[in-house]
Amino acid sequence: MPIIETKKLTKKFEKMIAVDTLNLQINEGEIFGLLGPNGAGKTTTLLMLVTLKPPTSGTATINGFDIIKQPDKVRKSIGIVFQDPSSDEILTGYENLKLHGWLYDMPSDLREERIKEVLDLVELTDRKDDRVKKYSGGMRRRLELARGLMHHPKILFLDEPTLGLDPQSREHIWKYIERLAKEKNMTIIITTHYMEEADKLCDRLAIIDKGKIVVLGAPKQLKKDLGGDIIRLKANALDLDALKKLSYIKDISSCEGEVCLTLEDASSHLQEILNVVGKIESVEIRSPTLDDVFLHYTGRAMREGTPEGSWAEKMMHASEKT
Amino acid sequence: MSELKGIYALWYRETKVFLRERSRVISSIINPLLWLLIIGGGLGSAVSFGGVNYQTFIYPGVLIQTALFSSVFFGVYIVWDKKVDFMKEVLVAPMRRTSIFVGKILGGSTDTLLQILILFAIGFILTFVGVMPGLHLTVSSIAISLAFLLMTTIGLVSIGLILGSQMESPEGFQLIISFLVFPLFFLSGSLFPITNLPNWLAPFIFMNPVTYAVDGIRTILIGEQEKVIVGAIQLSPMLDFMIVTLFSIIMIGIGTYAFKKMKL
Repeated sequence: MPIIETKKLTKKFEKMIAVDTLNLQINEGEIFGLLGPNGAGKTTTLLMLVTLKPPTSGTATINGFDIIKQPDKVRKSIGIVFQDPSSDEILTGYENLKLHGWLYDMPSDLREERIKEVLDLVELTDRKDDRVKKYSGGMRRRLELARGLMHHPKILFLDEPTLGLDPQSREHIWKYIERLAKEKNMTIIITTHYMEEADKLCDRLAIIDKGKIVVLGAPKQLKKDLGGDIIRLKANALDLDALKKLSYIKDISSCEGEVCLTLEDASSHLQEILNVVGKIESVEIRSPTLDDVFLHYTGRAMREGTPEGSWAEKMMHASEKT
Repeated sequence: MSELKGIYALWYRETKVFLRERSRVISSIINPLLWLLIIGGGLGSAVSFGGVNYQTFIYPGVLIQTALFSSVFFGVYIVWDKKVDFMKEVLVAPMRRTSIFVGKILGGSTDTLLQILILFAIGFILTFVGVMPGLHLTVSSIAISLAFLLMTTIGLVSIGLILGSQMESPEGFQLIISFLVFPLFFLSGSLFPITNLPNWLAPFIFMNPVTYAVDGIRTILIGEQEKVIVGAIQLSPMLDFMIVTLFSIIMIGIGTYAFKKMKL
């Protein structure tokens, strides 16, 4: 039995459907990713699953409990790291963690041990007695993460866990998340728009666009399903008919104004392709990434624009200036 | 057990935050002093009620005023918690909504009672230097007044929490002051005796639960000892206390419901 199961989960806002009849099954102990651009409905899905937002229709069960009928029991099984800061600024980092330990009814020795552990993890040990008000954006983000990881819930939700963090702390966090999943058999659900993060961490992921699942599977499989390598051509005019005659090309699509070809063993066919298409400006060969997967299924690139409205990045900018 | 720990956590947070926010503590001292010394001193040179001077007369009213303002305001701080998302952290914790409400009430009442204690100290000093003769601050009168104030505060904090749980932005603060806090204060008999009121005004005053808190505390701190009518309706303090208790129980009931329905 899956540990999380959504049944036609739907959330409508006045004019738009944020989450559209979502059917998902997540197994115990897996790291599951919800990948998609901003506004795809990832956070809304998460907020419904953690019982903070009621669904418009449909429901979900978490650890066997219904999110609508048994929210108290659902809350006992989960932990969440929010995208936005939810620490008290007037309290110190340590006090925020202690508060969390109380709210989650942790025995005091375990609480102190974990506080030490997570503070080390996010490298805030020497700042633990400063008020959160004095923290930079990145530090707040790390504290937030430390707090969510602290009580080792059965199911952990992470909403854009490493947004706005530097690559090094990101690595640390990833390692810790992987360890939690493996050692504690914890189920972890991550929303992210970082392809790299999804690729590296997730056992399986669902690509979400406009509230719907576009495709679901293991990152490796999704990339493999595209059918080989990708050649990307930039040119003013291409002889597409000539390309279509080449039987080993599995797919021809336009990507962001350029042409993408999918084929196996691209390097050995490159010369022939270049011969037939005519004059080109640039060419690129690579193995497919999750970006390509997204592009393939939605016809749009995932990296359109930067994540707007994300507090962490704004704060990062603000703190860099000072 | 877990619920109690959660309630303790919320209480701890509120109390810590209150004590760290110096501006809140300082204004809680300055504001009543302004009333006692300036309004009390100014008006007091012209009027006196029930055989005590005006400062003595309004002292119970100022106690209640502090409870009123600080309690209702405490509730609307929830709007801030929602804004900075601290509320999410609390709402997603494995606690019943009722326990969250209880934790908030305890936190708010503690804040208010700390301010009240400061006010009692001020009252003591002012009585000692002769500004407020006729005010009987003894261990027992203070203890009974505190019980009154605690009960009133619980009801008032609940009002604040109910409003805060339904409000979405802090812009509504001002409306609450104008339409709720000031009317409750002015219509309570804090500042004037309510014995010979105009007919149109009387019902408002008797419908106001704060009136009974003022009446009770005034009787305890002044009336009983002076054996004079001090301008209040002069119900027995016991009856006053029961009315205030009833008010608080109703507010707790509504508040619990409001918290269950609270949306982010």
